[in-house]
Formats: sequence, structure tokens, C-alpha cells
Amino acid sequence: MQLQWMKYLFNWLVKQKEANNMKQFYQFIVKEFYHIFRDRKTLFILLGMPMVQIIIFGFALTNEVKNARIAIVNQSSDKISTKLIQQIDASRYFELYAETKDPKSIEGLFKKGSVKIALVIPPDFETSLSNQNKGSLQIIADASDPNVATTLTNYLSVIVQDFKEELYPNQTMPYSILVDTRMMYNPQLKGAYNFVPGVMAMVLLLVCTMMTALTVVREKELGNMEILLVSPINPIKIILAKAVPYLLLSIINITTILLLSYYILEVPINGSLLLLYAESILFILVSLGLGLLISAATDSQQSAMFISLIVMFLPTVMFSGFIFPIENMPLPLQIVSNIIPAKWFFIIVKSVMIKGGGILLVWKETMVLIVMMSLFFGLAIKKFKIRLA
Amino acid sequence: MEKLSSKPAGVIIEGVSKSYTVNKSKLVAVNNISFEVPAGTLFGLIGPDGAGKTTLFRMLTTLLLPDAGNIWVDGLNAVADYKALRKKIGYMPGKFSLYTDLTIQENIHFFASLFETSFEENYDLIKEIYEQIAPFKDRRAGQLSGGMKQKLALCCALIHRPSILFLDEPTTGVDAVSRKEFWEILQKLKTEGITILVSTPYMDEASLCDRVALIQDGKIMQIDTPQHIVDHFDKPLYAVKSPKMLPLLKMLEKDAAVLDIYPFGEVHHMVLKSKDSKVNLPEDATMQVIKPNIEDLFIYLMRNHE
Repeated sequence: MQLQWMKYLFNWLVKQKEANNMKQFYQFIVKEFYHIFRDRKTLFILLGMPMVQIIIFGFALTNEVKNARIAIVNQSSDKISTKLIQQIDASRYFELYAETKDPKSIEGLFKKGSVKIALVIPPDFETSLSNQNKGSLQIIADASDPNVATTLTNYLSVIVQDFKEELYPNQTMPYSILVDTRMMYNPQLKGAYNFVPGVMAMVLLLVCTMMTALTVVREKELGNMEILLVSPINPIKIILAKAVPYLLLSIINITTILLLSYYILEVPINGSLLLLYAESILFILVSLGLGLLISAATDSQQSAMFISLIVMFLPTVMFSGFIFPIENMPLPLQIVSNIIPAKWFFIIVKSVMIKGGGILLVWKETMVLIVMMSLFFGLAIKKFKIRLA
Repeated sequence: MEKLSSKPAGVIIEGVSKSYTVNKSKLVAVNNISFEVPAGTLFGLIGPDGAGKTTLFRMLTTLLLPDAGNIWVDGLNAVADYKALRKKIGYMPGKFSLYTDLTIQENIHFFASLFETSFEENYDLIKEIYEQIAPFKDRRAGQLSGGMKQKLALCCALIHRPSILFLDEPTTGVDAVSRKEFWEILQKLKTEGITILVSTPYMDEASLCDRVALIQDGKIMQIDTPQHIVDHFDKPLYAVKSPKMLPLLKMLEKDAAVLDIYPFGEVHHMVLKSKDSKVNLPEDATMQVIKPNIEDLFIYLMRNHE
């Protein structure tokens, strides 16, 4: 009888203890939210940054060339050449800047940077076309920016090709091979399909890694850590409580990015939204772990910021495949790229969001991220100093 | 007497040393210190900046590991039992370490939950202090005056009813009235049975402690009650005054009968080598026998030390 009673008492005490423990953790998270919400400027930047980035990448920083100025040297001045020029001018890729007869004048235009590309129509264009079934044109491009030159040359060739088919619609050639190209997943070759996953990785990395590293180091710098350490709170709780608010903020950021890219940039979400969120949360946890690890290794906000930006952020931009394709890198750099968490997340988001793949398509990448997360959190907890020095 | 000695000592420090490496050279902050603080007493650690007070406090509060020696706080070893000890001690660092973007109330509630207790549970202990800052309870800690900040920090250090309280220079940068109030609070806390260790660079606060330790260059020069410490001063001490104070100081420094002379407020304090020593005073100067205070003794010990 007495034993039973004591058992009840014991259970009640354990529960009480757990309740207090939870309250301690909960209060710590509440405190972190106070810090975030009272620093209005930082909060504004945190929530506004993804919007600004999406808009910048969506409308300003794009490698699609529109309205490039073109000079045309028309030595032929006949019906066909006039029609071709009209067609070029009508396309949204080109804007007719100058039309001359003198081929020498184009060099001056290139040097001044007035035009990026020029088309030379020779004097006998129409006659040779009708007499010999053969006409030649010359495209001259300013290749100081090779990417732009290639893109413009391709555009112009396509226009000329279309023009030719319009002129002689029923022309049949012996042994012709027709190549039918299909651009899978992104038929319009929109840049947004590539940078939306990239921006997601970048924003999450900035918010999670840098902000968590800063918030922990700030406590060290301001001396708050001195009292926290003298209290009985478990270091694991300090670390987790620091991570929770940024996890929630990041989920808001993902939602903003997805809404903007879906409605404004018209990037489809072909795969499961749930899977996309789950993978994003996994990547957030990886970034949080990294931030906590940085905070364990540094003592000042300045060095925490430096490490987050130089050591984490730049490699992410360079090695995630978001701006520079990894396949084009020399082998050593391709190997280095494997340790960048953003590379794996970038692959996952592209597979799920753009290609509509399921977990079966991305389980390997997911496993890599899970291992990274465990490693970072484990190290962060292990390296957390329970004393001042 | 019997009853007192059976109580467990509040703090026992045995041969504790701690040094840092600064620019590849070794800096000894605490050099082989040993002393005891009986439970329930108010103990003062008096010494100038850089004497090693903060380092000693950080070792006592489990924040730093000593290079050598042993520390017991409230019967627990500060190194081995640090987890258990962290539940029992209250610590107020020399630098204001609460959250400046949190209000008074939020700070207190946060620290209460940190120690798995609540504001209400131990309100009676901090009631008197809290009432003084309660009118500003919704003000952020960063916007409080120095005196109020210290009271808030004390509330947060006491909220879990610690058995030992460590206060590292609690009155530095605080105005005279707030300093006086602060020491009155400490006297009351002592009656609650809390052992208090307080460090200060102000000599006048030493007389308010039960016992004081004078610390200089990481070494304890003397430990005793404030009265006994003053009694140790066995040399004749005079206050000298003249319309031309600086030439007076310069002149007496060279006098063979003078052991030491230093400015002390409006007068110079002069220590003679023996009672019979004769001093050549200028005509316009006056001298008068005075009782030494702790500061006189401190300066005396410090110069002898050198």
C-alpha cells in the first residue's frame, strides 16, 4: 500500500521535473523570438531578402538577351533584303540600330559599343538567290563577351532560317535529315528554372548559417553566455533553442520564394509540395548545424560573419552548380563541390520542383544531407564550450 | 564557537593558481591562493584592477578551470561537481550581462525559468529589491540607469535562491547613493543565510564586510576582519597639509624620517619610520596624528610588497 503511494509520488515528481524542463526550453525559445522581433531592421532584411533576390534574378540578372542593337550593311537594297530586315527588326531579340551601305562603318559602331552584332547583305543577294538558288550572308558579332555573341548569332541564324523556309515553303531537298529538338522540363529555356532553386539555397544558407552563428556569438561577446553557463541549463538546449526561431523564419522564406516564383516568374512546381518542403527543412537543418558549428569555433561576431560569408557563402555560389555548371569544372573542383551542402539541395530542388521527381529520384542526395546534418549538429554540441576558456 | 566550526565552510580554496598566455608570454593571474569563507558570511575581495579578482571568481563559479589547486563551494568540488554546483550558485559578472533588449520583467522571468523555478516561487527573497525597480518593469534593461541595472542583475542572480552569491565588482560605475543602497541589500541577504563573496576596488566598502582579503598581483596579502586589518598597521600615520601641497609632497618624499607619503583627498598621508622620527616641516604646514583606514594599510602592504 505504502509502496504504491510512493510510486505515485515518484511519478508525479518526474512529471513535474519534465514539465519544468520543457518550460525552460520553451522560455528560451520565447526569448530568442524577442531578440528577433525587437531588431526590426534585421527582421525586415531577413524576410525581405528572398523577395528582392527573386526579383533581381528574375528581371535584372538574366542571361537571356533581349532587344540587342544590330547594324545591317545592306548593299543589295532589293525586295528580299528589305523583307529580311523587317523580320529581324520585328523580333523581340533585335532592335535595328543602323542601316548602311558601307561595310567599313560597322567597325566604328562596334568600337563605340553601339551594336553587338552586324549583318552584311552582299550586293548580288537577290539575283544569286533566284539564279543560282544560293545566297550568302555574313554575320559579324562582337565576341568580347563570348556568351552574348554566341547567343545573338544563334538567334540571328534562326531568324534567317525561318525566313528561308517562308520564301520557299515547298522546297524539298534530297536526303534531308530533319532534327526535331525538344527542350525537356523547360521548353522556353527560362533562366528562372535554374535560379529559383539557387536562390532558395542561398537565402536559406544566409539566414540559417549566418544568423544562427551571429546570435550565439553575440551572447558570448556581450557576456550573456557567462551567466547562461553558470546556470544548470543543458548546452544542447541552448543550441536547439537558438535554432528553432530561424527554422520557422526560413519556412516563411521558402513559402515566399515559392509563391513569387510560381505566380510571378511562372515556374511550375511539378513534384510534390510536401516533399519539397521536407527537403527544404532538411537543408535548413544542415545550414543551422553549420551556423552552430561556426559559432562554437568563433568568439566575435566579426569573425563569425567573415567565416559565414567567405568560407560558406562564396563556395556555395560557386560550387552549387547554380551559376557555374559543375560538369564544366576540372576534376579536383568537381570533387570539392561534393562537400558543399547546397550542391545536393540544388539537385534535389531541381529534380522535385522542375522535373517532378519523387523521393526515389533524390534519395541519394537526401541521404548525403542527412549525414551532413547529423555531423554538423553532433560537432556543434560536442564543441560547445561548457566553460569560458 | 563549537556550533560555528561544525557548519560546512561556504568556500574552501586550496593552493589555486591560474595563468594565461598573452602574446606568447605567461601571465600569472592567480598565484597559489588559499583561504576559506565561512558559510553565511559576507566576504570581501579587495584589490585594484588586474589583481586577479575576476579570474578567481570565474574559477569559483565553474567558468574557468584552475591550473593547480582545489576549490570547494558549498561542499562541492568546483571542477568535478560543476553541474550540481551550477544549480546552487548565483553569479553577477562585473560586466552587465543581462539582455538589454528584454524588459526588466522578461529578464527576471527568463532567468527564473533557466533555473527551473518561477518568479513567484522565490519572490519573497527579491521582494525588497524588485520593488525598487518595479515601476520600470516594462522598460528594456538597456535603458536603465547603472544603479537600476545592478539591482536587476542582483534580482536575476537571486531568483533561484542560491546558497552562495558571487558578485564581481557590483558597485563599479554606480553612483554613491546606489552603492550605499546596494550594500544595505547585501547585509539583509546575509541574514537570509546566503554566503556572499563580493569583490570591489573601493577600499571604503571593505569595512562593510565580515572579513576581507586584500589581493594584489594574484596574491592574497592579508585576510582578516576589517578591524583587525587596520590594527595591523603599526606605524605612526599623520595627515599633513599646507597651502602648497605639491612642493610639500616633493619635499617630504626626500626626508629621511618619512617611510611613505601619498596624496589622500585634501591632505597627504605620511607614514614615519618610527614614533621618534623627526620631520622637517615647512612653516606653513600642519601635521596631525590620524587613525589608519584600510586604504592606508593597502598602500602600505602594496609598497612593501614591491
